[in-house]
Amino acid sequence: MTDVRHATPVGVTEGYRRISPKVTRDGDIALIDATGVYYEQLNAAVRGAIADGATTVRIEGVNGQRYIGAGIRAPGVRIEAYGTAGNDSAMFADGAEIHVFGNAQDGIGNTMSSGRVVVHGDAGDVLGYGMRGGRILVKGDVGYRVGIHMKAFEKDVPVVVCGGKARDFFGEYMAGGVLVLLGMETQFPEQPLVGGFVGTGMHGGVIYLRGAVEAWQCGGEVGVSTATAEDLASLRPHVEEWAGAFDADADEILAGPFTRLAPMSHRPYGKLYASL
Amino acid sequence: MQQTYVQPEFRVKIDYDKCHKCGRCVQQCGWGVYDFNERPLPHDEKCRACHRCVTYCPAHCITIEKNTLAFRDNDNWSADARKAVWRQADTGGVLLTSMGNPRPYERIFDKLVLDACQVTNPSIDPLREPMELRTFLGRKPDSVAVEMDGKGGYRLAEGAGMKNNVELAVPLIFGPMSYGSVSLNVHRSLALAAERLGILMNTGEGGLHEDLYPYQDNVIVQVASGRFGVTPELLQRGAAIEIKIGQGAKPGIGGHLPGEKVDREVSATRMIPQGSDAISPAPHHDIYSIEDLRQLIFALKEASGYKTVGVKIAAVHNVAAIASGIVRAGADYIYLDGFRGGTGAAPAVVRDHIGIPVEIAIAAVDQRLRDEGIRNQASIIAAGSIRSSADMAKAIALGADVVAIGTAALLSLGCHLCQSCHTGNCSWGITTQKPELTRRIDPEWGAARLTNLVNAWSHELQEILGALGVNAVESLRGSRERLRAIGLGEQTCRILGVKPAGM
Ligand code: SF4
Ligand code: SF4
Ligand code: SF4
Repeated sequence: MTDVRHATPVGVTEGYRRISPKVTRDGDIALIDATGVYYEQLNAAVRGAIADGATTVRIEGVNGQRYIGAGIRAPGVRIEAYGTAGNDSAMFADGAEIHVFGNAQDGIGNTMSSGRVVVHGDAGDVLGYGMRGGRILVKGDVGYRVGIHMKAFEKDVPVVVCGGKARDFFGEYMAGGVLVLLGMETQFPEQPLVGGFVGTGMHGGVIYLRGAVEAWQCGGEVGVSTATAEDLASLRPHVEEWAGAFDADADEILAGPFTRLAPMSHRPYGKLYASL
Repeated sequence: MQQTYVQPEFRVKIDYDKCHKCGRCVQQCGWGVYDFNERPLPHDEKCRACHRCVTYCPAHCITIEKNTLAFRDNDNWSADARKAVWRQADTGGVLLTSMGNPRPYERIFDKLVLDACQVTNPSIDPLREPMELRTFLGRKPDSVAVEMDGKGGYRLAEGAGMKNNVELAVPLIFGPMSYGSVSLNVHRSLALAAERLGILMNTGEGGLHEDLYPYQDNVIVQVASGRFGVTPELLQRGAAIEIKIGQGAKPGIGGHLPGEKVDREVSATRMIPQGSDAISPAPHHDIYSIEDLRQLIFALKEASGYKTVGVKIAAVHNVAAIASGIVRAGADYIYLDGFRGGTGAAPAVVRDHIGIPVEIAIAAVDQRLRDEGIRNQASIIAAGSIRSSADMAKAIALGADVVAIGTAALLSLGCHLCQSCHTGNCSWGITTQKPELTRRIDPEWGAARLTNLVNAWSHELQEILGALGVNAVESLRGSRERLRAIGLGEQTCRILGVKPAGM
């Protein structure tokens, strides 16, 4: 009996098998071999392992499978993906600690609620979009539209720290949280630290860049200043966390000049309208 | 301050001979029209013609009149067009308004009529015969497998049949209206009514307040570009999940809930700070293509245990091709919002000039999906000014599975269509967060009125089906042969797939 949900002739699934992957248990650790397995079966196996009480789920042979750890509400659980994590991995994540040993594609930590994502490589576009809690640490470079529309509420303050460089629209529409770009671990030493439209439409939160930005790179809604000692003190725990994850020296990182970008208003469009 | 050239739109007239001087009008008006000094003294320029004071004046001595100033006649430069220019010269602002497009574009529903049986095939009496209105929202199987039941008959084969469909007692649901744009008591009324009627309400993009958790099986939860209140918990609670791409009243632009309406409760539900603007960007920043949409649809399915996921779009020029892409992306339903759909706030220029009528969109989308052999893969929900059971029946005959009502639902709660929701001062306690106004709606009372309305329309739909000689609403769906057009152009008739009356 074919599964009607998949009768649509769309979506490239060639090369992947709709079979459950092999799962082996070693105490609290579940080992999953993702080689050639379609994401739906892979993620079902991850959820199954957590339901069976595994506190660490180690996935080997990850090759672009999407949604790894997506929607998982599991504080205290650690998911390790070896290989390249696919789009929207850790989307809606709520509590788990998710490590990618390799690069990660687009949409990592999309609309994330809590927990921690550590990418031991580079990550793609739209990282941390709409994120409202938790932390994402990326060792290297990130793509376009990173940290767009991050938001904060009371104690939930999301933090994203990227060790490399970023492209356009960094922190666009940002409504809360902390977004940090270090520019140190990069494949593109000759390129600018960040692209254009940084913080366009920003109305909450704060962005720290290690280095300088030109006025043309920033959105009209942000105020740009050199980070003060007080700013650096509030930045320190985030940098220390990144340094701890990737074996770097926090003091050395913090010695660099930092630029701080913050919104000039939490209601940037308040005066745009006239009532009919 | 410089004198504005825009004169009051209405005159508030009080018959002081009858007036009790009780002051109730002062207290009822959300827009602060009245001063009181021994008797009520109205400031005409603030009046929105919402008729709250008129309704509650014990002496029935208030009349609201149009301020019919004699502008020099000019068909081209209407009084409204002149006023808009003056207002913009005053403020430099984008003119903000609310509710649906009020302009006199052709109303296609009013030019369509339904068929009835006479002599050669009998009509059915819905009072005596069963009349099925149940409708299932979601993807239908490509084929049906049956097996012998061992008693000489057949039954559905194991595992065959519908999966993950949401059952509706009638082909009507409440359209998305966010908590924030409307009050919590409105949300409570809608949720209570949806539960009692066996239908759905829709959170809109503001998240689900915890008071509504008991009704979660009758709630569609929405995921919009701002991702307000979107947590895995929300996705796991809803009966279905809706990706909001567009809204009929403001296609192509985002949402903007002004900080004034973001009080403590709204801020907690949206998970943003109190008093800050809730800005939904125009696009979803993770959707730039049909492939990206597919990615989000399946992310939501993964995170929710494979619930029904629909996509809401505004009806625009290429709606049929867009809908085809959405269905191929894996959506279980597609929600078409026509250009007359309501809104809590939209720029007037967008509301009044962008988008196409839902009647056209339904017919074009239904036909396209049939031509491509994928109509079974998604249900069609149609909205954008469904004003009566007649509009509902016509929408279904044009090809919709289900209709959604927003404005009609609010009208049943007292809305008088004053088009001022964006001010946050609704005298009827609907589109406001001010506690002294929101308490005007008691959820039990509201639910009873909504239930009455939907029950009345359901009975009327049964009457129509009976007249058509069919005993299930399914038999009407996409049955355009049962419609005729009066006074629509040939081209429009062709697009609608409807013959002119007499043919
Ligand atoms: S509510 Fe009516 S009777 Fe009472 S003060 Fe106002 S106008 Fe007079
Ligand atoms: S705005 Fe409404 S309540 Fe106020 S005076 Fe006008 S009609 Fe009466
Ligand atoms: S909801 Fe209130 S403000 Fe909006 S149109 Fe209706 S009566 Fe007016």
